Amino acid sequence: MATIRKIAFWLLVALILLFTLFPFYYAVLTSLESGTALFTPNYLPETFDLSNYRQVLGRGAFPTNVLNSVLVAAATVAISLFLGLTASFALARVPFRGRKLLLLTVLSVSMFPQIAVLAGLFEVVRAFGLYNSLFSLIMSYLIFTLPFTVWVLTTFMRDLPVEIEEAAIVDGASPWIIVTRVFLPLMWPAMVTTGLLAFIQAWNEFIFALTFVSSSDTRTAPVAIAMISGTSAQETPWGAIMAASVVVTAPLIILVLIFQRRIAAGLTAGGVKG
Amino acid sequence: MGASRRRAALLFLAPMLLTLALVAGWPLARTIWFGFTDASLTDLDGAAWIGLGNYLDWLPYGDGSGEWIGLLVDRQWWRAVWNTLVFTFVTVSVETALGLAIALVLNADFPMRGVVRAAVLVPWAIPTVVSAKMWAWMLNDQFGIINDLGMKLGLLSAPVAWVASPDTAMVAVMLVDIWKSTPFMALLILAGLQMIPRDIYEAARIDGVNPIMTFWRVTLPLAAPAILVAVIFRALDALRVFDIVYVLTPNNSETRTMSVFVQENLFQFDQFSYGSAASTLLFLVIAMITLAYIRAARLNLD
Repeated sequence: MATIRKIAFWLLVALILLFTLFPFYYAVLTSLESGTALFTPNYLPETFDLSNYRQVLGRGAFPTNVLNSVLVAAATVAISLFLGLTASFALARVPFRGRKLLLLTVLSVSMFPQIAVLAGLFEVVRAFGLYNSLFSLIMSYLIFTLPFTVWVLTTFMRDLPVEIEEAAIVDGASPWIIVTRVFLPLMWPAMVTTGLLAFIQAWNEFIFALTFVSSSDTRTAPVAIAMISGTSAQETPWGAIMAASVVVTAPLIILVLIFQRRIAAGLTAGGVKG
Repeated sequence: MGASRRRAALLFLAPMLLTLALVAGWPLARTIWFGFTDASLTDLDGAAWIGLGNYLDWLPYGDGSGEWIGLLVDRQWWRAVWNTLVFTFVTVSVETALGLAIALVLNADFPMRGVVRAAVLVPWAIPTVVSAKMWAWMLNDQFGIINDLGMKLGLLSAPVAWVASPDTAMVAVMLVDIWKSTPFMALLILAGLQMIPRDIYEAARIDGVNPIMTFWRVTLPLAAPAILVAVIFRALDALRVFDIVYVLTPNNSETRTMSVFVQENLFQFDQFSYGSAASTLLFLVIAMITLAYIRAARLNLD
């Protein structure tokens, strides 16, 4: 009985691994095939052909698109962490009227459907002359990274004991000094977690990137992948699409494997959307 | 310290609040306003107020007869609402069941648990566009591995055009979402399971309660709040699904969701004000479902 249960359990574990990992494994396998090998389904790697990667990375705008994604995601993370850290100090450590309401407002923005602001945001982007510029994306991505960052950092900062800033207050340190010298060094774990989650969200974003930039060298990587197509529907370049997909996904998977504990903790702390 | 500290707090809050007003509050208000105008993509500044014309209007033919036009009588729109609701209901239900199963496995003590937990995060981390493309390839009618596997196992008698055929397009879209979002569900539920004190299980075991009873009488009720939060978050997310549908099944009325309807009208069909009106309805639908759900769930919980 015990052995049967053990076998059943491990079968379940194997099934979970197969379910979660097979699609990416198959994308890698496909990306290493070309010509006729591509069009005969196989379950184990048979060829090791890097021509798809050479095609995707060697010419065209794709390397620029990846660079755009890196720049946009990094800038979004930096701005949200800066605005989030200062705001969370005010929300967590300074008692004032309307604090709860403010926190609830911030949280409700994170529930916003992005599509509900698309038309109005398009007008703002155009008014600032940011259409087809990466700044339009950095600005608009703050709508989903900032509320989450503020929320998590506030929760984290509220739990720190009063004693840590007492000495600084007695010494007459300004709030800015307290934030940067006392809290910042203690906040790193929470900042890394929220920063990572914000980076992944910004890296994966599609609808704003599809709408606010329009030329092939200002696109981000997800939009570029969505737009790879052949001369006809019958000639979709699956090998190239899979190679580009692996290039865009591999860094994220490495990040996830290194920081899996932090990411899991951050996801459950803020209930961030997938 | 009180007054100067409060002044500093205001100064610290201002940039964050201004940013949110600029990227969320103002655009939302403008979108709602555009819905009551005749704005077009090429002439946003010339938008003039037309009242409820985008929602419902009587179009006279001039001979006494006429017809109702507008969003509220637009079959395409209601089809999109229906598609979105079906998508949300099915995916969130399946994801909750699968997520609970995976969470129960991950909550057990076994070697390599860390590896499995990391693996579960992989689908969540993959960009939605990439997930959609990976599955589009696996579900390809001629060379796809799903058809190949189905035929080899005898489950399919002939290859199925999963993405192209009207009967299965929605199934394909749901499949991708279930694959991508189940891990998120599992992690949220796992957090709830880990809050349950171990001695409760110990007590149940000593009393000779069988594991299935323990699950229904102990685990499920105690994990219910965490599951509920996870369900609400997933449902809110599913109601605005865009990426998967747009990439996997473009221009398909079988799978067109509210978000896709809005984006198409705003930026592809040159119906900016009509799209804005639809976007306003989408916002209202999501807000109402959220409120109703939270209220209903709270009633059931006490």
